[in-house]
Amino acid sequence: MALHRITVTINGEVELVDVPSHMTLLQMLREKLALTGTKNGCAAGECGACTVMLNGEPVNSCLVLAAECDGAEITTVEGLKKNGQLDPVQQGIMEAGGVQCGFCTPGVLISARALLDRNPTPSEADIKAALVGNLCRCTGYFRIIEGVKRAAKIQEAAKEEMTYGIG
Amino acid sequence: MHNPRPGLPEFDYVRPASLSEASRFLAEHQGEARPFMGGTDTFVRMRDGFWKEKYIVDVKRLDGMGDITFDPSTGLTIGAAVNMNRVIDSPEVQEHYPLLAEAAKTVASFQLRSRATIVGNICNASPAGDTIGACIVMGGVLKVHGLDGEREVPLTGFFVGPGKTVLKPGDIVTAIRFPVLPQGHAGRYIKLGRNALSDLAIVGVTAFAYPDDTPSGYRFKLALASVAPVPLVPEKAEEILTGKPITDETIAEAAQAAMDACNPIDDVRGSARYRKYMVRNLTRRAVTDVLNRLQ
Repeated sequence: MALHRITVTINGEVELVDVPSHMTLLQMLREKLALTGTKNGCAAGECGACTVMLNGEPVNSCLVLAAECDGAEITTVEGLKKNGQLDPVQQGIMEAGGVQCGFCTPGVLISARALLDRNPTPSEADIKAALVGNLCRCTGYFRIIEGVKRAAKIQEAAKEEMTYGIG
Repeated sequence: MHNPRPGLPEFDYVRPASLSEASRFLAEHQGEARPFMGGTDTFVRMRDGFWKEKYIVDVKRLDGMGDITFDPSTGLTIGAAVNMNRVIDSPEVQEHYPLLAEAAKTVASFQLRSRATIVGNICNASPAGDTIGACIVMGGVLKVHGLDGEREVPLTGFFVGPGKTVLKPGDIVTAIRFPVLPQGHAGRYIKLGRNALSDLAIVGVTAFAYPDDTPSGYRFKLALASVAPVPLVPEKAEEILTGKPITDETIAEAAQAAMDACNPIDDVRGSARYRKYMVRNLTRRAVTDVLNRLQ
């Protein structure tokens, strides 16, 4: 069984990791790097609990080999908070009550972040389409969708603040 | 068959430096090595124990695999490693091959589509493959690198059975090429899933047409998903829509011919009988939509 030495940038930190061929990105994050925010749900690309950002694109980390990620940049839920500030998607979903058991939340947050990166003003239909690969068994989705709408507004307001300054 | 743990069985991950090295490796390890693209089917099948390859060969980063190129005189080429979200977002695809984007959008979820590829969808050879119909009706041709170098393989006759194709040991599909489409073409893919988005197709109907010097005034192409061991082209239905003036009766007759052509199975997603009726109804709807888009 071959081991591969890979260099990956995870949440801005460069990591050197030895991974076996058949180790998934999800296993590497959880078992090698103790980044247990990312969850294992179905291990088949259906539930989205393992969603992380790989080179700026959301992927199901259960279906990506760690060995493939040599040189890649990865963002997990642990990397969303910046300078002590929650990401707008964290803030929005928290305020809307979009978290119950919390198992799907890390994946939902990454998918929502990816959506707002490519479309800062999504419609409700855009939000639903973007989150179709993130199953939640608790909330009925209503509050998650509300949370993403709220996140878009928070992000918009923060951007205006950056542009025009406060008072 | 469900394995509750996230782990894959042991294998060696191999990344050849060139296509010829990859072809040689795959041929030398016939039956125990497999090339993969996004892995969205490969790793699920390995985790579930259906595939037990010793070597998983990563060919994604080899020459040209990651490119989309369009030339107004020769057409579109999509590298095998181009993910579906890139295909959907490509301005050239949207302008000249919108049917391909429409079909790709129905595949699973956004995060799955950032790994899944059109060529992977074709090579996986599932009768349910959502983008296969669009590739067939628009005349897609595979570029294949094998032991004897490069060759082209048309999609007609490519599929042999569920998961089975005419590809030989050592063959790697490097791209799919589409010709320039005839002026005024229009297409439609209708997918019936258990829910509005993300599910596998219970039935999928692809319809495509362009103006031509025929009794109906059009040349029609159809493809059906999830209703036979391979993606199915209902030729008789195509002939009806091409060879007779278009009326509601012609469309109904063609839809019936499509239903009669298919040979679905009962499974967890739907019964054979249900699938057959849905083929009839969705063919009628897809053809009607195409005719509306043609005008």
